[in-house]
Amino acid sequence: MSACAEGIAENEVIIRCRGVTVGFGERLILDGLDLDVRRGEILGFVGGSGTGKSVLMRTILGLNPLRGGTVEVFGHDLGAVDTATRAGIERCWGVLFQHGALFSSLTVLQNIQVPMREHLHLTQGLMDDLARLKIAMVGLPPDAADKFPSELSGGMIKRASLARALALDPAIVFLDEPTSGLDPIGAGDFDDLIAKLRDTLGLTVFMVTHDLDSLRSVCDRIAVLGNRRVLVEGPLATMLTFDDPWVKAYFRGTRARGLAAPAAE
Amino acid sequence: MDSASPLAPWAQSPPTFRRDPGDAGEVVRLSGDWTIRTIGPIEADLVPFRRDLEAAAGAVTFDLGGLGRLDTAGALVLLHLFGDVAEARRTIVGVDAKQRILLDEVAGAEREPAAPQLGPGPVIRFLIELGRYGVGWWVEARAVLGLLGGVAAVLFKIMLHPSRLRFIPFVNQLQRTALDATPIITLMSFLIGCIIAQQGAFYFRRFGADLYVVDMVGVLTLREIAVILTAVMVAGRSGSAFTAELGSMKMREEIDALKVIGLDPVEILVVPRLVALMIALPILTFLSDLASILGAAIVCNVYADIPIETFLYRLHAAVEMRTFFVGVSKAPFMALIIALVACVQGLQVEGSAESLGRRTTMAVVKSIFMVVVVDGIFAMFYAAAGV
Repeated sequence: MSACAEGIAENEVIIRCRGVTVGFGERLILDGLDLDVRRGEILGFVGGSGTGKSVLMRTILGLNPLRGGTVEVFGHDLGAVDTATRAGIERCWGVLFQHGALFSSLTVLQNIQVPMREHLHLTQGLMDDLARLKIAMVGLPPDAADKFPSELSGGMIKRASLARALALDPAIVFLDEPTSGLDPIGAGDFDDLIAKLRDTLGLTVFMVTHDLDSLRSVCDRIAVLGNRRVLVEGPLATMLTFDDPWVKAYFRGTRARGLAAPAAE
Repeated sequence: MDSASPLAPWAQSPPTFRRDPGDAGEVVRLSGDWTIRTIGPIEADLVPFRRDLEAAAGAVTFDLGGLGRLDTAGALVLLHLFGDVAEARRTIVGVDAKQRILLDEVAGAEREPAAPQLGPGPVIRFLIELGRYGVGWWVEARAVLGLLGGVAAVLFKIMLHPSRLRFIPFVNQLQRTALDATPIITLMSFLIGCIIAQQGAFYFRRFGADLYVVDMVGVLTLREIAVILTAVMVAGRSGSAFTAELGSMKMREEIDALKVIGLDPVEILVVPRLVALMIALPILTFLSDLASILGAAIVCNVYADIPIETFLYRLHAAVEMRTFFVGVSKAPFMALIIALVACVQGLQVEGSAESLGRRTTMAVVKSIFMVVVVDGIFAMFYAAAGV
């Protein structure tokens, strides 16, 4: 139940993409893509390598320019908002980049405090308490606070980066392949963590992932990207019956053997 | 589902807190939004409030009925506030289910801050820093010598098997260190030649010794100025590039990848750069000689009324081939020290971006310093040899 999220009706669409078109040079990556993300859900976003999953995430975040279409967040068209509204929206989302993107010259504690320092006026004591709280919430040991990113393992970097993404208690969290590079146990723990944070903080999670286990265990809905648009969206059961060669190969291939049975329970 | 009115979830009302006397002890009423965005301004007001609350003896009821939004930061501040009243004396009312979950979650995750470790005193700290600095010098001197040994070993192998020289990277480095540097080096030397000639002419004229400007410019630039300035420019230009290139490769584990594949980073990365720089610097010094003498000749002609023919005649008398060789013979040694220092610094880069910046700065500073030291050693050597 994050502060940002309150006052938004349950199941209301908080990110609405309509006709999103993005390209680099001659090449179109996304062409007329439509997608809704509803409040409080964990949306898994899958697609083959190079189909533009990260591009869509970066476009919603405003890191890539839009060639056509609209992206609405909290009902504001991001193409037309004034700077104050834009700043407000930016404080209501947090991003976990694929490789963590922690600032390498700052400790974990300082990394988490960067958004607080930049956007708010809090005393150092309270910021320290808050940063330690986030470190504990993402399951890092207390002594991680004073370590530099280069001293952390891959899994710890993901957790520290998630702690930074949660620094301002956002309503929406974007996760770019949060479990890639983690061992299955670590990845499972990370999924549990995200589900727990969703339940306690009321987060909305937009997760770009390749991890079939994540898709099964934590995602409420799945959207599949292909042919520059969303091929199909819905719960896992829809994916298993959808008739498209790539979707079939993905959800019913050898690596997905475990998917069908538990999902049918 | 479509177009609900736009929301502004970041617009929030300030939190308030108030103490009221009640039937069963005091009541602390908390209302408004308690979030990370709103608690900043009230933090200071909360301090005396908490002090009074802590001093109070009776039972206290916290009424959260009027509470608006709550997030982890607000929950943390509220928990600190609750903590001021002993558990037996306090009751908390008006918490809804979601707020309860959040408060429990935060209470579960909160930890006592680790006790700050008592560091050593200022004198000990100074001594530690001094020791570290000294050891740093020693470590680095060893690293430079180690790399020099590695380079020598690779060069020996190349002499036995000339095909081992990485020809294309070497030519690429030669272009970047010599050809690409030519415009700026010649321009700078031309201007320095002009300035020295003008200053010389200005002072020599008082003694009626105008023509000696040519001697001064010739000897000074050929022996010292051209090679030193070129070496400093190259240290700033190519030395920093070497450090940054090797450093960023080190950061991305590319150097380790080379080693694992069975390739020697010294052979692949250091030797082409070092050999290229050792060839580039004498060439650039020669160009610098020409440019500065050209600049001097023009200034002498325009400012001191010494015709070009007279200038050349005088120059021919003043300098010999030996003067030129004294200057240019220092260039390969300066190039060697610049490349070694820069590569050693690059290979010592650690994980962070800050470390890369620090190492690049150190590479430039140390290599310029070493250029001056090498020049001094050569000056003593030539003085002893009577050249």
